[in-house]
Amino acid sequence: MSSVALPGAPPVNLNVVRWIGFQTIVIREYGRIIRIWGQTIVPSVVTATLYFVIFGSLIGRRVGVMGGFDYKQYIAPGLIMMSVITNSYGNVVASFFGAKFGKHVEELLVSPLPNWVIVAGYATGGVVRGLLVGVAVTVVSLLFTHLQVQHPLVILAAGLLTSVIFALGGFLNALFARNFDQVNWIPTFILTPLTYFGGVFYSITLLPPWAQQVSYVNPILHMVNAFRFGFLGVSDVNIGIAFSLMAAAAAALFATAVALMNRGTGIRE
Amino acid sequence: MNALSVRGLTKTYSNGVQALKGVDLEVERGDFFALLGPNGAGKTTLIGIITSLVNKTAGEARVFGYDIDRELEAAKACIGIVPQELNFNMFETPFTIVVNQAGFYGIPRAVARERAEKYLRQLQLWDRRKSISRGLSGGMKRRLMIARALMHEPRLLILDEPTAGVDIEIRRSMWEFLREINDRGTTIILTTHYLEEAETLCRNIAIINGGRIVERDRMSSLLRRLHVQTFVLNLRDSLAAAPHLEGYVATLVDDHTLEIEVSKEENLNDIFARLSALGIEVLSMRNKVNRLEEIFMRLVEGRGAAGEGARGAAAAAQPGSAGAATLQAGAPR
Repeated sequence: MSSVALPGAPPVNLNVVRWIGFQTIVIREYGRIIRIWGQTIVPSVVTATLYFVIFGSLIGRRVGVMGGFDYKQYIAPGLIMMSVITNSYGNVVASFFGAKFGKHVEELLVSPLPNWVIVAGYATGGVVRGLLVGVAVTVVSLLFTHLQVQHPLVILAAGLLTSVIFALGGFLNALFARNFDQVNWIPTFILTPLTYFGGVFYSITLLPPWAQQVSYVNPILHMVNAFRFGFLGVSDVNIGIAFSLMAAAAAALFATAVALMNRGTGIRE
Repeated sequence: MNALSVRGLTKTYSNGVQALKGVDLEVERGDFFALLGPNGAGKTTLIGIITSLVNKTAGEARVFGYDIDRELEAAKACIGIVPQELNFNMFETPFTIVVNQAGFYGIPRAVARERAEKYLRQLQLWDRRKSISRGLSGGMKRRLMIARALMHEPRLLILDEPTAGVDIEIRRSMWEFLREINDRGTTIILTTHYLEEAETLCRNIAIINGGRIVERDRMSSLLRRLHVQTFVLNLRDSLAAAPHLEGYVATLVDDHTLEIEVSKEENLNDIFARLSALGIEVLSMRNKVNRLEEIFMRLVEGRGAAGEGARGAAAAAQPGSAGAATLQAGAPR
């Protein structure tokens, strides 16, 4: 059904409704990001600066070369990706759970927007914040090191796909969360360890063979390395496999989120 | 075509509570319809299912002919909802809230801004359009939810206790506003605990209790069924005991206040004549309770208990049934 006739009114094109609805969700999310910029943008910039000062300038001097590059240069893509991951995830989990908690998610649930548009809108909001913060951390990186750009499209694709994946992950977390503890549980106990063990600060070639094999199971390793490949042209993983995994993960997470919304999980009794 | 048509709607929550037990309901296009019931009767669940905030267990619902299972987007495009609980983002401004809501219904932003001004002005919120919503008064928050629900100019407006906690002056201005909306063709379904509100505004009424519709009628027909009314008389002189009035039940509330139950067949002149003959002077008189309240209490308290009692009440609501006859006869209190 692409258009409906409402009583006493001209026909309504549902595709137009969906498009304007999607834009409205994204505009609202962007407005939220900007309104509380002290919580959404600044912390990652401060954290990245501290990482560069401590790991890059102080400890990094003793580390020397990693993967054939200066240590600060090596960790820069990882730190950018880490900020993209945490912010994409954090934006959606906070915003959607906040909407559930404050009940204003009902504004969307009673509207004619299908669930896939709602999921896409929130995920795009997460991507917007992830990329905004990613750009801000990139600027910070440039203050500490020189960033090469070997494959700009790879950088863009890896950043975008990673952001989509974690925005959708945040959406799923928000759907299931019943309180604020459950909002923090996954970032603290799953996301942060996976990120730190995901090759942000080191090349997995430094690890013993068994640990390298275990690391390949970590999806963040593939994302960080694909992103790093875009900048430095080096990677611990196969880039083709990395992008295939990311695309599959994004599609699976989107389908899962929409299916759960259709069932009413976490939002309807 | 009806604005709303509900057939055999049931809802059992995960904790086993059966909130709706086969609700059938039709609301005509253009109607101003009251849906009344005590707390926990199933009103909000019914509204929740219609607006897709609650998953139904069984049954079907159509909004202007659109099935909520198969044509949900079209059905929802017809509905505007003012919920019982505040459900807007308290950190956003009224202007942002209503403009965004219009966007969720596919209204272009330029049009949404124009409508925002129109409805925020009509609901006396324009001066507060840039305030953080959390700081609005209770009445303003209620009006904001009405403005928000009107932004896409719905064909069916559902108001779930819209005037709860609103002072009488604002409540009356909201009544006037809702009447205008209804006069322009919008079908309105109203739930309220202020029965005077329902009696004043609504043309048709359904009473739900224990998950079933126990009464469905025109408001005027329902009110005509009220057999006995209680009048409260203020007396000039004090009385030591209630006077004996043959054929009437008279109760002395205090030494200057007398309550008399009067049935439909009896006339007030007769009572006044008798009181005058006894030397009792009446200074003023009023109905003890709102007429609709009287009926509501009889339906809900008298027979409207959950389970089997509710079934009996549902049977009573069927025209021509023995139960209906009992209802019309009324039961003196």
